[in-house]
Amino acid sequence: MSESTVVNAALGSAPAHGRPESAEDAAEHTGGRIASVLSYLRARPGLVAAVIWIVLLVLAALAPTLFTGTDPLESVALPRTAPSAAHVFGTDDIGRDLFARVVHGTRLSLGAAALAIAIGVVVGTVLGLLAGYLGGWVDAAVMRMVDVLLSIPAILLALALVVALGFGTVNVAIAVGLTSIAGNARILRSEVLRVRNSTYVEAARAGGARPVRVLVRHVLPNSITPLLALIALDFSSAILAISSLSFLGYGAPPPTPEWGALVSGGRDFLASAWWMTTLPGLVIALTVLAGNRLSRAFTGEGTLR
Amino acid sequence: MTGPLLSVDDLRVEYRSGRTRIRAVRGVSFEIRPAERVALVGESGSGKSTIAAAVVRLLAPAATVTGGGIRFDGADLLSAPPRRVRAVLGRRIGYVPQDPTVSLNPVTRVGEQIAEVLTIHGLANRKTARIDAVAALEKAGIDHPAERARQFPHELSGGQRQRVLIAIALAARPALLVADEPTSALDVTVQRRILDHVDDLTADAGASVLLITHDLGVAADRTDRILVMSHGRIVEAGTPEQILGAPQDPYTRSLIAAAPSLNTVGTTFLDRARLAAPAHTPADPPDAPDAGSAPIVEAVGLVKDYHSGGRSSRAVDDVSLSIRRGRTLALVGESGSGKTTTARLVLRLAEPTAGEIRFDGQDITALRAGALRRLRRRIQVVYQNPYDSLNPRMSVGRLIEEPARSLGIGSRAQRSARAAELVDLVGLASSVLSRRPAELSGGQRQRVAIARALIVRPDLVVLDEPVSALDVRVQAQVLELLARLQAELGVAYLFISHDLAVVRQISHEVIVLRGGVVVEQGPTEDVLTDPRHEYTRELLAAIPGHAQRPPHGESDAGTAPSTARAPSTALASSTAPARSGAHTTGDIR
Amino acid sequence: MSNEQGSGLARYVLGRLAQAAFVLWAAYTLSFLILWSLPGNIIANITGGQATDLTKEQISKIESTWGLDDPLWLRYLNSLGRALHGDFGISFATQQPVSRLVAQSIPPTVAIAGLGFLFALVFGVGIALAATRARWRWLSGLLLALPPLGVAIPSFWLGLLLIQFFSFAIPIFPSTGNDGFVSAVLPAITLAVPTSALIAQLLASGLQQALAQPYADTARAKGASASRVQLRHAFRNAVLPALTVSGLVVGGLLAGSVVTETVFSRNGIGRVTASAVSAQDVPVVQAVVVFASVVFVLVNLIVDLVYPLLDPRIVTVRRRRLPVTPIPEGV
Repeated sequence: MSESTVVNAALGSAPAHGRPESAEDAAEHTGGRIASVLSYLRARPGLVAAVIWIVLLVLAALAPTLFTGTDPLESVALPRTAPSAAHVFGTDDIGRDLFARVVHGTRLSLGAAALAIAIGVVVGTVLGLLAGYLGGWVDAAVMRMVDVLLSIPAILLALALVVALGFGTVNVAIAVGLTSIAGNARILRSEVLRVRNSTYVEAARAGGARPVRVLVRHVLPNSITPLLALIALDFSSAILAISSLSFLGYGAPPPTPEWGALVSGGRDFLASAWWMTTLPGLVIALTVLAGNRLSRAFTGEGTLR
Repeated sequence: MTGPLLSVDDLRVEYRSGRTRIRAVRGVSFEIRPAERVALVGESGSGKSTIAAAVVRLLAPAATVTGGGIRFDGADLLSAPPRRVRAVLGRRIGYVPQDPTVSLNPVTRVGEQIAEVLTIHGLANRKTARIDAVAALEKAGIDHPAERARQFPHELSGGQRQRVLIAIALAARPALLVADEPTSALDVTVQRRILDHVDDLTADAGASVLLITHDLGVAADRTDRILVMSHGRIVEAGTPEQILGAPQDPYTRSLIAAAPSLNTVGTTFLDRARLAAPAHTPADPPDAPDAGSAPIVEAVGLVKDYHSGGRSSRAVDDVSLSIRRGRTLALVGESGSGKTTTARLVLRLAEPTAGEIRFDGQDITALRAGALRRLRRRIQVVYQNPYDSLNPRMSVGRLIEEPARSLGIGSRAQRSARAAELVDLVGLASSVLSRRPAELSGGQRQRVAIARALIVRPDLVVLDEPVSALDVRVQAQVLELLARLQAELGVAYLFISHDLAVVRQISHEVIVLRGGVVVEQGPTEDVLTDPRHEYTRELLAAIPGHAQRPPHGESDAGTAPSTARAPSTALASSTAPARSGAHTTGDIR
Repeated sequence: MSNEQGSGLARYVLGRLAQAAFVLWAAYTLSFLILWSLPGNIIANITGGQATDLTKEQISKIESTWGLDDPLWLRYLNSLGRALHGDFGISFATQQPVSRLVAQSIPPTVAIAGLGFLFALVFGVGIALAATRARWRWLSGLLLALPPLGVAIPSFWLGLLLIQFFSFAIPIFPSTGNDGFVSAVLPAITLAVPTSALIAQLLASGLQQALAQPYADTARAKGASASRVQLRHAFRNAVLPALTVSGLVVGGLLAGSVVTETVFSRNGIGRVTASAVSAQDVPVVQAVVVFASVVFVLVNLIVDLVYPLLDPRIVTVRRRRLPVTPIPEGV
């Protein structure tokens, strides 16, 4: 990258029709690929922490025994023992190890979120793609449907679906996934329109590319990062919604550890055992934060190419 | 005379982004005396706009002044407390920004926006400010000023908005006007009228002017002294006569040589490419086109209507054109003239409402799917903005090969060999093949776009304002490249432009469009030397650089067309004989 | 003011009204389909899960009592007709008219939602203004970090934390109950945090964008002070996009009441919803969903009707008296 281009970029004084490239982009390409990844990450400690956190959660979901050998369903100490080296999250009202319960609950909470994302993203993406790519009456019909769905607050819509489907974590996850379809469809549609109307897509058509080739080689590759951002954001909102619904008691039945239910379980002991609500709640909050941070990395700030 | 009004002394400005530090201004000193007009001229990245921003204290947050000083009327502006600076801005220094379409608050009436300057500085109360605002609008040359004052910015045209901004800048009768590329976003004829008006207003008020521009012609026409900037330094300073007549610095010379508006006489890129072309040109020999070969593309009676919200507007109205093999036809016009729409019709990217398009004798007006894709092999396109037209996810090599791959031409090995050849042909190093568009400069990207258009060996390339997003020197290089490629490959061009001076350099024939209607057409030299239509004459007169002709600077050998001493009439050709051919004018309405 | 303008405005208003009516009808239909299309399930709900023990006669008696023996489309038309008159049927669980049940529970929810909205507005706008105005980078960075945090905190957890701190550790506010203003403070804060985060995020990014626009530079070059640029020029432009999420904000407050009222054991529409879901009391759940949709649609309708007054770019296409360029420039 020549210095003058960098200067152009920084000064933002490209000629009237040119869009100046950002200086950050330019700097990223000066070193090698690995070096640029490292410097990108070094400037973003929050993102690194978010990625590490998500990796830990996935490990806990796949192999909870990596983190704790304690049985989450057995009482192993006195009820309501405060956090200590032996029981880092303390114990609950019947003496079960809270850390073990949180770790073992990861599979259920993450799995439910994954199911919700799968439903919401797949259906939402298909609808958004169809609406944006086909346009016309398909677009009109899909968008009217989206308007209607968005007129009902997400949690209430999910509650109505839970009443229809019945209680339990899987049904809660399905309800949350169905609820997120409308928003996803809307975002995907505007994304498709943005890319579809770009000059390089027209250039591809003018170059003789078939519609399928335009979609696969030009539209989709440029829609991937926004889609990843959407998935990360959906992950956060699914975790929040699912834990809220199981906090309200519509999720897994009692002995099963699930994050929202764990917080709910500590409600009656707020004064005597703060850790029973605070620590599982903290895990939920950190997870949501991590998802949001990841989503931001895919959108707002210059992404890695 | 008293001392200088504005003095900039060894100014240094840096931009910081992460650990990257860019020295944008590297020790610049100059003075402006009362009532003096000074132009800062340079290409993008030269630091000229940064200096303007530093004077009016509008530097971006990433910018820091690392040294030097700016004194206005004896007082130091850089170290003054904000309150003191605010008392000067708007009151003693007026500022006209670059892009009028986004420089007015969209939700406030324009009258209020003018009145605000006066109330801020206590020059009027709310009631009188309103009256003064109307007066300022009238002075800025706006019709129906009282009604316009009650309108919102979006209800005004670009030129009218720029007049409002000029009214804002001059409302408080400042001693210095700083204008940062005030008209580069506007059509040439509008640009000329607005600059004339600014000249009159500042002359009346005895105000000094600091004009920032990329256009040496504008600077020469409008100012007393020109400062040429490059890479953060002033490389040369002098009167317009000195700068254009006897440029000392090689950079200044290359700038003059590249500026089409300053080279309206003498040989063109076209002439020189023809002379330099190898004898074994693949297609037509250079002289053949005049002999009257069949046109490669011919359009008759093209009409295009757009419908929106129940209203329909006609973008293209009965346009006919014809391009012969290996020749260039230019479509010239200002914004809204229908030139780009016409190009899209020829490209079959838009459907004509009426009319017929024939390509190599075949009617292509109604081609569909497969047949249309086969046509793509013979017509390609290069877009105006090289920043938008290249898929950011593909390497340059893949980008160039893409049309060939789409159309299934050649084997994988043949395609990549051809791509490597083309990269060389358009003057890029082979190392760019593996790079992404984001790593290239604007000029490099446009070369990639040209290579991409050529890989399928088309008969016609539509060039939609291919150089208007580029700096003058890069612009000259790309035009030269296009002329050379045509001579070597025998490809025909449909060249879309708003700039008659550029058109002269590259095209054999020209069609002047206005409001979708053909105003005048004919061989380029004929139309430019002997314009029959009033509008063409107006366009020609609007080309800046008329006040001072360059009295023959010694140009850089090789790269620059030689300029001949010439009368100050527009675009006369002393070398090329007037060609025969239809030179007709159309009536507007 | 021409006739043409009058008819344009009328068409705009009528269009918006028709759109609102359509969304409400569709939301009603959707909730009906979700909740009523599984008849076996419904009998179990009515009887509290003992459907298997019932004889055929008992089932058909229940069906005729609740009108379940009619085909679905007929039940839909009947219930839609009744709903238009404000009648949402009888609650399965309490045997009371649903409309009364819902109507009674609205005022306490409006109290905390209103207070919460006030908090959200003050903090949201305050954070956005302060963050874009702060002289020190660290301060604006800190302030801008708050909204993402506020969005990420689960509100049931936040409510419990507030109780721990302000009811048990430092007893200032009661942890539960419906007794006057003091009892409404903690629930209102719980509702306000995600809402204010949303407002702050939207407004701060809107302000940042507006302040970076060339028109802000034009104002600065007039000699306008930083606060004048921010309040007179940037704020109005930044508020406009933020206004479009008003429906979302109000709907969010209503939905948030489900969790909040459960955490603080307060009466209100959220509590009614939570217990109706637990008891699978279909008529009540449907009434709440439709009510929420009505609120959302009304708020959006108001915004749509007010928006053209705030943003001249929307309707002036019809208000223009002078053509854009009546005569060639500069003549």
